[in-house]
Amino acid sequence: MSHQTRKDPAGAKLGMWLFLFTELFLFGGLFLLYGVYLARYHREFAAAGREMHLGFGTANTVILITSSLLAAMAVTAIQRSGRRLVLYLLGGTVLCGAVFLFNKYLEWSDEIGHGIYPGSPRLAAGPPGESVFYSLYYLTVGLHGLHVLIGGTLLAVVAARVGRGTIHAGDFAWLENGALYWHLVDLVWIFIFPLYYLVL
Amino acid sequence: MKPTDQTMTPAASFWNDTGRSGIASWIFSTDHKRIGLLYFFSVFGFFLVGVVLGLLIRIELMAPGRTIMGPQTYNALFTVHGVVMVFLFIIPGFQGSFGNLIMPIQIGARDVAFPRLNLFSWWLYMAGAAIILTSLFTGGGPPDTGWTFYLPFSGRTGTNVSLAVFGVFVVGFSSIATGVNFVTTIHRLRAEGMTWGRLPLFVWSLYATAWVQILATPILGITLVLIIAERLLGTGLFDPGRGGDPLMYQHLFWIYSHPAVYIMILPAMGVISEIIPVFARKPVFGYKMIAFSSLAIAAAGSLVWGHHMFTSGMSDTAVLVFSFLTFVVAIPSAIKVFNWVSTLYKGSISLEAPMLFSLSFIFLFSIGGLTGLIQGAAATDIHVHDTQFVVGHFHYVIFGGSGFAFFAAMHYWLPKFYGRRYAEKPAIIAWALMSVGFNILYFSMIVLGLEGMPRRYYDYLPEFAPLNLVSTIGSWILASGLVLLLVNLVRGLRSGERVGKNPWGAATLEWSIPTPPPTENFEEEPVVTHGPYDYRGAGIP
Repeated sequence: MSHQTRKDPAGAKLGMWLFLFTELFLFGGLFLLYGVYLARYHREFAAAGREMHLGFGTANTVILITSSLLAAMAVTAIQRSGRRLVLYLLGGTVLCGAVFLFNKYLEWSDEIGHGIYPGSPRLAAGPPGESVFYSLYYLTVGLHGLHVLIGGTLLAVVAARVGRGTIHAGDFAWLENGALYWHLVDLVWIFIFPLYYLVL
Repeated sequence: MKPTDQTMTPAASFWNDTGRSGIASWIFSTDHKRIGLLYFFSVFGFFLVGVVLGLLIRIELMAPGRTIMGPQTYNALFTVHGVVMVFLFIIPGFQGSFGNLIMPIQIGARDVAFPRLNLFSWWLYMAGAAIILTSLFTGGGPPDTGWTFYLPFSGRTGTNVSLAVFGVFVVGFSSIATGVNFVTTIHRLRAEGMTWGRLPLFVWSLYATAWVQILATPILGITLVLIIAERLLGTGLFDPGRGGDPLMYQHLFWIYSHPAVYIMILPAMGVISEIIPVFARKPVFGYKMIAFSSLAIAAAGSLVWGHHMFTSGMSDTAVLVFSFLTFVVAIPSAIKVFNWVSTLYKGSISLEAPMLFSLSFIFLFSIGGLTGLIQGAAATDIHVHDTQFVVGHFHYVIFGGSGFAFFAAMHYWLPKFYGRRYAEKPAIIAWALMSVGFNILYFSMIVLGLEGMPRRYYDYLPEFAPLNLVSTIGSWILASGLVLLLVNLVRGLRSGERVGKNPWGAATLEWSIPTPPPTENFEEEPVVTHGPYDYRGAGIP
């Protein structure tokens, strides 16, 4: 089809921001539930929150913030330095994402090993507030993990395109949007971490 | 009216000018006009499916007791009718079809901002629709929860709720993609001189709608995910037996689904704002207020979801606040209605099919809106809650409003893309049949509801029998009008009289380019020098 629309990086970025709003609202629904149920079951939430593995949570927070820094540096690098540095930085970002998911896997296996998962007999026997807490925890963190996976895949695709040279200093809207998405994934975690691991 | 100038040679139009051939030239096209037509035929196909289901429901309710089906089939039927009509027809309807067909041309653009995303959103829509249809024939049978999927019932029923809900989730993604695309397009791709104050009112309404799509749809997404989690994992977040609260489900569901009714009605209002001034031969009255009221409806309409829960056990304060906010929405809606009527005042009115459907829109939408206030007031709502009154009310708004605006848009804009028009007399007969049938069908429901007949019930007391029979007869009159409308349109667009560039004498940009439009819409980038309703500058014969 002879259908050429001219490149519009500002338009592409606007579209990405609009999409990121929708992601915020997607998680917003879960945070809303958290708020309502925290008000109703504050004692059970506090008890369950103290059981969480602070070590895993902290490590993952550091890892994600680092990855966000690398992604931001990649955006600057493509404008100033060579392709190789961009690839290193993107590789670092994706690697951090993988380590994050691996940590999550260890943490979840431990918890599931202790009989803590939605609908488990142990939670069914306990107070209802505890079961609500863990259901929300698994849903929120699971949805976030899915976003880490999607974001990592997206950045890997972007890296491949940088390698092939289709993303370059003259046209890097894809890289910028990929990095924006990754910052959102980071930002959502910055909310999840205190709500589930710290404040209770 | 006669064609005003030479029809373009077909070879240069978007129908022919494409690299691919056959079906691939459609389903892989990134041209907004082709995608608009794809949307049009898919949503309209689902509309017809929904109509057949609706007719079957009415036949079952024609007489007390079992008429043609059992209670389980009836429950599945009204659920599927709702899901198909809401999620597959009216929510994607305007944005997908007429939004895609018209909006880029009206702002002087060659295409939308993200043409490939546009095509992707149609694919997502079709994938979601396919999943929803699959859910009807697999698993435990079609869902029987009502289109609202209220928990805890939807968490427990053995029917195929999970798959249907997943299909709706996918369709929601498509809706978000369209919203993002439209907001970006309207911000970035307006032609030179197309200031915000010269934007056609249809574009303003699409803009407001797109924001609702962006901000509300993700809440539906997460709600649907929670239903699936409830069914597959047993999370118990809405199950009172396990500490959850079903009222929270209703909040989350209506935070989306109430704004969603504005996704359905706002573009319809935009269509009416285009058609009325053209057929009254007058600039629209109160351009700024109509544009502003679209945004006001979108904003205020996002704050009123709680009025669906007046009887569900909310605090009195919440009921008071939601009741007040619901009344607030009536203000911008009334601004629009009064401005349309003021546009008609002392106009030189030409009663052709698009105009007649628009006039019906104003009448039916007004009844729908005023009956809405009866439910918005907490005291009267308690009397009519969950009765046939509610069914009558929302069909007046959504079918009488959005549906009739859709028919008006079909008569008004499709000739532009086919280069031929329908026959006027059968169109008017179809309009008359539909308007009369519609009121017989749904006004009966309003009366039945006031008398106390609940909605969704399979059976009813004998005293409700006469009005139910009347209502069913109305549905046949309406359906016969619809058949006539379709036959006339199809015949007209295939072999009707040819139309020129500007058969209606309108001043918006889509009428300044050849009929049918060429692939890239404009031969050179247009420079806009006058407003959309400034007919003096439009070069009208």
